[in-house]
Amino acid sequence: MLYREAGQFKTSYPADQAIFPIPQDRWSLAIVLVAAFAVVPMVANNYWLVSILIPFLVFSLAALGLNILTGYAGQVSLGTGGFMAVGAFAAYNLAVRLPQLNYIVDFALAGLIAAAVGVLFGLPSLRIKGFYLAVATLAAQFFIEWLFTRVPWFTNYSSSGVITAPKMQMFGFDLSDPVSRYLITLCIVTVLTLAAKNMVRSAVGRSWMAIRDMDIAAEIIGIRPLHTKLLAFAVSSFYCGVAGALWVFFYIGAVEPQAFDINRSFQVLFMVIIGGLGSVLGSFLGAGFIVFLPIALNNAAALFGGALQADTLSHLELIIFGGLIIFFLIVEPLGLARLWQIGKEKLRLWPFPH
Amino acid sequence: MTQPPRKIGGTLLKVDGISLAFGGVKALSDISFEIREHEILAIIGPNGAGKSSMLNVINGFYHPQQGAITYKGATRSQMRPHEAAAQGIARTFQNIALFRGMSTLDNIMTGRLLKMKTNFFMQALYWGPALKEEIAHREVVERIIDFLEIQSIRKTPVGRLPYGLQKRVELGRALAAEPELLLLDEPMAGMNVEEKEDMCRFILDVNDEFGTTIALIEHDMGVVMDISDRVVVLDYGRKIADGRPDQVRANQDVIDAYLGVGH
Repeated sequence: MLYREAGQFKTSYPADQAIFPIPQDRWSLAIVLVAAFAVVPMVANNYWLVSILIPFLVFSLAALGLNILTGYAGQVSLGTGGFMAVGAFAAYNLAVRLPQLNYIVDFALAGLIAAAVGVLFGLPSLRIKGFYLAVATLAAQFFIEWLFTRVPWFTNYSSSGVITAPKMQMFGFDLSDPVSRYLITLCIVTVLTLAAKNMVRSAVGRSWMAIRDMDIAAEIIGIRPLHTKLLAFAVSSFYCGVAGALWVFFYIGAVEPQAFDINRSFQVLFMVIIGGLGSVLGSFLGAGFIVFLPIALNNAAALFGGALQADTLSHLELIIFGGLIIFFLIVEPLGLARLWQIGKEKLRLWPFPH
Repeated sequence: MTQPPRKIGGTLLKVDGISLAFGGVKALSDISFEIREHEILAIIGPNGAGKSSMLNVINGFYHPQQGAITYKGATRSQMRPHEAAAQGIARTFQNIALFRGMSTLDNIMTGRLLKMKTNFFMQALYWGPALKEEIAHREVVERIIDFLEIQSIRKTPVGRLPYGLQKRVELGRALAAEPELLLLDEPMAGMNVEEKEDMCRFILDVNDEFGTTIALIEHDMGVVMDISDRVVVLDYGRKIADGRPDQVRANQDVIDAYLGVGH
């Protein structure tokens, strides 16, 4: 019924440290999962699956990856697009050159390759922080984009520079229809989200947050700064890499390196900031905000179709979108996840003010 | 009250001829003293005397130009802070250095990181050994929370806590590492009398119950004279006195350093 914690006493540490200690949270998550796995494939049409839900999931995964690095470990990165490109091109090359591999293995290897690249470009983080680190990761963004544009081997000598995902098959099943694509994406995102949630609530997550909040004190406690930061870069790039691979194989199908340009990095960064730094839920909220809002505005604008000119409408959309971003950041600079948390704290006391 | 002298053992850490300079500024010159097992050693001195620099040298933050530090019989010239932590040296800071975005519980759990052994992939699964380890360390941390009487703020983000409690949480984080040598940099700065009394009680209890050796910097002379076994006095980067509190109190150099001398 109501979101009330009163009277729920934990009698053991495992119960207190459970991933969702409050039954209401467990139930709502179960409902969301059932809806996502069972209801959506039955009711959603192809447009919803392919153009809205799959990109939402892919962006959520990328935002989660960046959130691990920037929100939890405190290392600002503008290389997200680059790391997604590494994952996309690695998965493509693995699929084309080693067709006998299972696609799940492909994606995992692509993630690992992205992780290795992430570690390489994370090396400067030992010496530089904040904005300067962001500029250093920009190098990853531009170098990787340049590399995939200029070296034809990566695109398998495609004349247009576009890579096209091969037909999806797994265990002999054809998986190229929208419902299967959606379900596989959902499975991968769910598993990786669970892993991320576990990471951030155990020792590795605490060492990331320690480095973020006070790196000097973290070192005094015995945290090795370089090791911890590079691990964050590796995990983050793994997530971004897998997101990039999913982007090519399940969302777009064909992609050129420019799809992962600096705008993509900024887009994911905005998702993380709007959703909430240092929150797994925030990654999904931020991705939802950025993916759904333009579509909602578009549909709302369509109602005025006759009254306004098409280009005025599209400009209005952008203005409202920008305005809403500013509004939300002023109302709650810590992001949508923080709004959610405040709401929970209020509900805990409801109907009393204190 | 001074502790009974019988429990104080041999030398735990020996500082020998340490000199530290930042460019032309000499922070420490030729400092030598020792910290004995199970004792409470106070390092005092006027502002800018080099007390915090001394602690920073001991736990590997600063690398002295000259001198050596012998800890548990092993002499070292240079060491990183995390290596000092691995050898059992923990500390708190003059300005609170807590992880502000994390809860009290998580802050103290972070203090146990060096004791946590399961690998990253097990932690991502949060299952089996990783879960068992997490629970085991939670139990230790809960004992520290009980000891410091901060049960009610267990889940509160430390950024929201009042100053006195933050200091207490920071002590808890240092204790979580089960250190042999605990360095406290002004543990009672900015506290009211009641909070100071609490903190003194915790320091004495830590020393008494866990046998932890403590080196602390403090400006409150009443506290220093009451709880410490020995006092080292620094002034302008030099050691001017070293001995029992009553000896130091009577030392003419110390009186001059604090009250000034006529020229």
